[in-house]
Amino acid sequence: MGIENIIGEALPEVLTTRLDSLINWARKSSLWPATFGLACCAIEMMNATSSRNDLARFGAEVFRASPRQADVMIVSGRVSRKMAPVLRRIYDQMPEPKWVISMGACATSGGVFDNYAIVQGVDKIVPVDVYIPGCPPRPEMLIHAVMMLQDKVMKDSVRDHKDIPEAEARHALTPGTLPVTDGSTLGPATAESRPYTIASRHERRRSS
Amino acid sequence: MSAGLQNEQPATPSQLVTALQSEHPDWVTEFTEALGEVTAVVPRAYIVEVCSLLKTPAAGEFNFLADLCGVDRGVEEEPRFEVNYHLFSTIRYHRLRLKVLLSENDVHVPTVTGVWRTANWHERETYDLVGIIFDGHPDLRRILLPDDWQGHALRKDFPLRGYEPYSLK
Repeated sequence: MGIENIIGEALPEVLTTRLDSLINWARKSSLWPATFGLACCAIEMMNATSSRNDLARFGAEVFRASPRQADVMIVSGRVSRKMAPVLRRIYDQMPEPKWVISMGACATSGGVFDNYAIVQGVDKIVPVDVYIPGCPPRPEMLIHAVMMLQDKVMKDSVRDHKDIPEAEARHALTPGTLPVTDGSTLGPATAESRPYTIASRHERRRSS
Repeated sequence: MSAGLQNEQPATPSQLVTALQSEHPDWVTEFTEALGEVTAVVPRAYIVEVCSLLKTPAAGEFNFLADLCGVDRGVEEEPRFEVNYHLFSTIRYHRLRLKVLLSENDVHVPTVTGVWRTANWHERETYDLVGIIFDGHPDLRRILLPDDWQGHALRKDFPLRGYEPYSLK
């Protein structure tokens, strides 16, 4: 292409920029989602990576089966009460930096499933960065959410993303911090043994 | 029943239940046939014997437990609970429904896992959601709801939104 000639003539050998913007640019250009299809929204999520919509244009097509290799968790579908600890554990296993996209009405608010079995919004379990409405959302909406997340990543700072293992201690606050009705089943004994945590530092980060 | 069996018309489920009732009057307390479906109400004490007998070739050859489920007929009903056994014969292709009625203060019923092994998970589900306790079950744990769940979700007096701490209430 001859681009080397142009760059060689036009630019100096050394560029100065903010480290944050360079790192954020690298991060937003390859957001690897964790494979976490929960319900029918997952079909649209798969469709978003297919040839027609091609999420690879935005660097987010590499769905990783291991949370250790993932950057963003796309919660696609209703989260059942039984799945909630699993989801929280997978989120805890993802290394920083990590983001969450709540895809669809069910993951965002419980949707039509206003009953005992479904968690009324995944933000009760993990901090959510981008919410997508729809039942299910179209793949374009998921791509739009990824682009919104990329904008958000560009505003981040490296200092805000630190892995603090001791802060994610297993006996941190529980979802019981929410108002609990009388006769609730979550006694203090079971609250101690929950295998997942609410990491408050993420909420602090979001407010900045 | 060796040579003439080929020419005989095979016994229908209602005939089978009638024969069962005449042979053991205690075993079937109520017998209805409606919409082409045969339902027999069996006392709790005899459910294992009835199921074992109905599985034999002489008494219907019901070799398949199609479904086992519990029903909460309402808080004010007496008896409040019932357990339904949907029997099916893959050989003769006929069906039969057995019912066991249970009152609220005594929800125990003998297990039929010794007759059909598939009853294992069905009875666990019935225990999980309706709260029927199957005596003699090898592994009576919750199967659908989380292990730390309190209560039984499909009982009529269980609130729809539950007691779970994630709800916004």
